[in-house]
Amino acid sequence: MTSTEPHSPEPGRLERPETEWQRVSPKYIAVDMIGTLVFGAIATAIAFVPFWFGWAEGWILGVGVGTLFIVTLALIPRRVRAIGYLLRDDDLLFRRGIMFQRFVAVPYGRMQLVDISRGPVARAFGLAELKFVTAAASSGVLIPGLPLAEAESLRDHLVAVAETRRAGL
Amino acid sequence: MPGAPGHEPGAPAPAPNAPAPGSNAPAPAPNAPAVVTVTVTARDTDFADGEWHRLHPATPLLRGGLAFIAIIGVLIVNLRDRFFELFFGAQQVDLPPSGGDLESDAIDFIVREELVLLALLAAVGVLLLLIAGFYFSWRMHTFRITDEVVEVRSGILFRTNRKGRLDRIQGINIGRPFVPRLFGAAKLEITVAGNDANVPLAYLRGRDADALRRDILLLASGSRRESSVAASAGAGASAGHAVGLSGILDERVSELLAPELDVDLAAPASVVRMNPGRLIGSTVLSDSTIALVIMVIVLGVTIALTGELFLLFAMFPAMIGIAGFLIARIARSLRYSIAATPDGVRVGFGLLSTTNETLPPGRIHSVKVSQPLLWRRSGWWQIAVNRASRSSQNGAAGQQQTTILPVCNLDDVRAVLRLLLPEVADDEGLPVIERGLSGRGTEGGYTVSPRRARVLRWFSQSRNGFAFTNAAVLLRTGAIWRSLTVVPLSRAQSVSVHQGPVLRALRLASVHVHTVSGPITPVLGALDRLDAMRLFEDVATLALRAAQSDTSHRWRQQ
Repeated sequence: MTSTEPHSPEPGRLERPETEWQRVSPKYIAVDMIGTLVFGAIATAIAFVPFWFGWAEGWILGVGVGTLFIVTLALIPRRVRAIGYLLRDDDLLFRRGIMFQRFVAVPYGRMQLVDISRGPVARAFGLAELKFVTAAASSGVLIPGLPLAEAESLRDHLVAVAETRRAGL
Repeated sequence: MPGAPGHEPGAPAPAPNAPAPGSNAPAPAPNAPAVVTVTVTARDTDFADGEWHRLHPATPLLRGGLAFIAIIGVLIVNLRDRFFELFFGAQQVDLPPSGGDLESDAIDFIVREELVLLALLAAVGVLLLLIAGFYFSWRMHTFRITDEVVEVRSGILFRTNRKGRLDRIQGINIGRPFVPRLFGAAKLEITVAGNDANVPLAYLRGRDADALRRDILLLASGSRRESSVAASAGAGASAGHAVGLSGILDERVSELLAPELDVDLAAPASVVRMNPGRLIGSTVLSDSTIALVIMVIVLGVTIALTGELFLLFAMFPAMIGIAGFLIARIARSLRYSIAATPDGVRVGFGLLSTTNETLPPGRIHSVKVSQPLLWRRSGWWQIAVNRASRSSQNGAAGQQQTTILPVCNLDDVRAVLRLLLPEVADDEGLPVIERGLSGRGTEGGYTVSPRRARVLRWFSQSRNGFAFTNAAVLLRTGAIWRSLTVVPLSRAQSVSVHQGPVLRALRLASVHVHTVSGPITPVLGALDRLDAMRLFEDVATLALRAAQSDTSHRWRQQ
């Protein structure tokens, strides 16, 4: 699943020379949407509680929260397409976000452990998420929406290269 | 260790598990101990031979027994009158009958029902049980130090077994709380990377703790065992044993009065000490003091305006709290010293309860030198570090041991940085670091935020920047609260670059260098987007190169 960099006309954006990013599965859009939908429905229902208890203008709150979640839903496909990773020679490069862009470079040798976890919705779609943990809590490399087989082979690959490039703490 | 079985004093242990049955006969060791006392010392410093050892025999007493003795003391004091009656007959009839409290009722009951013997038996039984419990918990609490691990077994019914890998040691802490210190005991804590991942050995003889630390660090340093045994034997032989009660007393007194930092341990030129005047001055000019002063002023004005004196009492506890904190900070930081020893930086402090910690080389993940506005006139700085371990013992300022030096001047900053990060603060790196402390603009190789970043960095736009030395990246921030963060590239875990909508509108970005968690977060915001990308790329590649060539975790192995 390689694709080219989404075209970005804005002048202030962060750019990387790399163009061939590994992208996550498009099915992850559905997973993320279902999760957001469930959470958004509950949050909106809670936001309507003051209205039901007799606060006449309370509906503004509920509608506001609902709109927020609908906008979030609409942005999900774009956001998922922006997630990408790249296995370079000695480190893993990870990117996510369009509005809030973030690039991380993690040397393989700094790996402490790799986690694969699967939520109920992701499991229904055959997806898993991979977490690359270093000694720094803020590294935060979490690659969602990988097909399970790909996640497992990626994990094995990461463990193997980390072993050959093992560095101290 | 009395009662340590199967253990030849002074025998080097190339094969510790070899069950040599007749090993007593062919043991004319080259340095056969002639005097009994020497045998004891040789055995004392031989903890790191891979065999199981026990802690100081007085450990139960020091850990919980003191409270037990105190309880007995309180009981005896309370029952004193009873004892007088018991042993000198009931002459003191003029005593007023003690009015109905539970304790005397119980005793009255026992005496009335003639259960004295039974009660005494029960008391003795409980006492014996407790002593047996203490004894067995001491017997079952053993530790050993092999070439790779330090291992502790403890517990009578629920056994626990803790192992720490020597090459992951982040520091060794020797604490001497006041009462154990009176008895010449010390507790040794080996901190391993992780939260509360420590291996405590409490208590050991003070001398043994020092020798054991030397041995463990020698093993961890990657040098071979023979040299470590030789070194420990030499150290043991030099420490003479005093015999007899007065000798022991002399030893205790001299230990108590001895300077906190042993003179032989470090070259005097490498020692940084705390100046008491500076300590008090810096505390007076610190944030919490200012908060206290503001509180007092607000309080005074409020009382003057309203005439409500009760406010004074309402605020009293808070003010006592702050004052107590300040006094404790000063008291703990007296006798503070940082020194270079062959196996790392030794940080020691304390007046009555003393603590000292040795940080082996390569265990400092980042260093921050900072200066609040009020300290600028006097030129004082504070130095904090990020480390991979959390010690259970508090630092001099009352918080975790991350503030390496609560206050110092520029010379001390140089000296301490040279101790903590010798590969960074060399002759080439120090000028860059000094530029980072008080400089502005691009002098010294710094790349700073562009002028348009003034919207976000009102005063510090020309200070907000970064530079590289041979082995570290320096992040300089703050014009009012100046600070410089030094991250050795061989310790950086990863790096990231961020940009949100506001930064994008200004064509800026921020860069985070990730280190183990601690008080320092190496972040540099509001950089030009291209500079930020360049910093990101440079840190990523240089950190890789530094990590590959880094050997500081095995600092004696060539």
